Amino acid sequence: MPAIAVHPDRNFKYWLLTPAIFLLLLVGLFPLIYSLIVSFMRIDMMDTDTSFAGLYNYANLFKDSRLWWSLAHTLLITAIALPIELLLGLAMAYLFLEKMPGRQIFIALLVLPTIISPIVAGATWRLLFDNKYGPINQILGWFAGERVNALWTINPTLVYPAIIFCEIWQWTPFMFLILLAALSNVDKSQTEAAEIDGARFWRSFRYIVLPAIWPVMAIAILIRGLDLFRIFDIIWALTQGGPGTKTETISIYAYVQGFKQFETSYTAAIAFLVIAILTIVCTWAIRRMGLAK
Amino acid sequence: MSALPFHRRKDVRLAWRYLIAVLLVIVFVFPVYWLFIISFKTPDEIFAFPPVWYPASIQFNNYAVLFKDGDAWSVWNSLVLASVSTFFAMIFGTIAAYSLVRFKTGGENLAVWIISQRMMPPVAIVFPLFLLYVYFGWVDTYHGLIILYTAFSLPYVIWMMRGYIEDIPLELEESALVDGCTRWEVLWKVVLPMARSGLFATAVFTFIFAWNDFLFALVLTRTEVTTYTVQVTHYFGGQSNFWAKIAAMSVLGTIPVFFTVAVMQRYLVRGISMGAVKG
Repeated sequence: MPAIAVHPDRNFKYWLLTPAIFLLLLVGLFPLIYSLIVSFMRIDMMDTDTSFAGLYNYANLFKDSRLWWSLAHTLLITAIALPIELLLGLAMAYLFLEKMPGRQIFIALLVLPTIISPIVAGATWRLLFDNKYGPINQILGWFAGERVNALWTINPTLVYPAIIFCEIWQWTPFMFLILLAALSNVDKSQTEAAEIDGARFWRSFRYIVLPAIWPVMAIAILIRGLDLFRIFDIIWALTQGGPGTKTETISIYAYVQGFKQFETSYTAAIAFLVIAILTIVCTWAIRRMGLAK
Repeated sequence: MSALPFHRRKDVRLAWRYLIAVLLVIVFVFPVYWLFIISFKTPDEIFAFPPVWYPASIQFNNYAVLFKDGDAWSVWNSLVLASVSTFFAMIFGTIAAYSLVRFKTGGENLAVWIISQRMMPPVAIVFPLFLLYVYFGWVDTYHGLIILYTAFSLPYVIWMMRGYIEDIPLELEESALVDGCTRWEVLWKVVLPMARSGLFATAVFTFIFAWNDFLFALVLTRTEVTTYTVQVTHYFGGQSNFWAKIAAMSVLGTIPVFFTVAVMQRYLVRGISMGAVKG
């Protein structure tokens, strides 16, 4: 025990924590308990039946194909965007690892997308993807040699590439920055020694670099994975979940149920499904990635 | 390639790196360029086919409209909400982190509980929160959103500041105590100055989180404290979009962040690498 901790002035340490804990309980825990209670009732727009309804809402979750589709959409976007962001970010980090004149300027420019609000990123790409006045169809037209009239945010087969492209554009720089910092901290003498021994790039990456950057990389994957799982803003700006419900993610679906259909109790049940999934995935991921101390 | 002398091979390599770097910058920066450039275009230029790649002249009419209609007020709202909530989150979060580090208050469990709050998806709590806010009469008020943003930033601030405070040598605090400082004075005169760069880096990210928020603001504001992110989406129409307004409002909302990041740059790079490495 360090000396400073032996005789803390009475209650001082609790005073320090009080405001933070109070706010977290008010905004974090209270709504959670409240919605847990509500999820066992049957409150919707027509009816405010507050009697105990058992697992009625939870049973409905399993019959709700729109819910499971929204979950599938969310996983699809995550499964495609996350690996691309990671690999592209890693490649970019390698590109800028060695010193080169103007390196700082390149890095500063590349980071711009990440510091833009996601809603603005979505809005920007909506302008870029516009079938007539947007530049993307125009540029594609140069390569195709004829006028391209792709309806990026309306056509069901093009809308996922559009969303994923926007997502990758915005968040690859985030991966890039974190991985660049991690790579810069790798002990150079080790990789150089391995190269002198004749080890190829992949071997030295696999056995020296990867173990060194893994703690940072794992956290970056976890943060981005969590963010992708609750993706809302970019899709809201680009498609609002459309066409139809084709790009509805779990966050968008919960929003629609809660604030458009006013299915209070059912929305609460969806929220707990999401929390359950996240808790399981996170616990598994943290163990699996060796993040737990 | 092995026929080339060593320094030539290095030059070729550098040239390739520059080429790829320039291509990457074009791809990543072009959308930002396009957003800015639309905000300076006249309606004729915006709705020209084929698209106009740069405006004939820079004009600020699109911005003037936003200020005349009062829509630009939403940027001020975002600024107030993000800065005030960052201020409080930094104070409450830092002293909480100090308590966790120095006195091991609550042990590892409390720290883990606080961090787990960061994983909560906003959509899971926004609905009950909305009902709570209706009950309190906090919907569409500054203090309502400030409390929310402060609380939502706290896990991040506590997490980051924990790492920075652990690096402060205990001897400094102990000698200050011996010199007769109270514990609050130790916090104020020793801990905060020592953790300065960490404080700045964390504050910038906290500010950006609050600044970027859309879902909470969408649900919990009406007309009085509409943030700029919500305002941008008001210009989306079913059939046609108000392009000039979307672009100009987006730029207005982006400039404060660009400015903050540019000023704080040296703290950020250290903040990102240290925060990430420390985990």
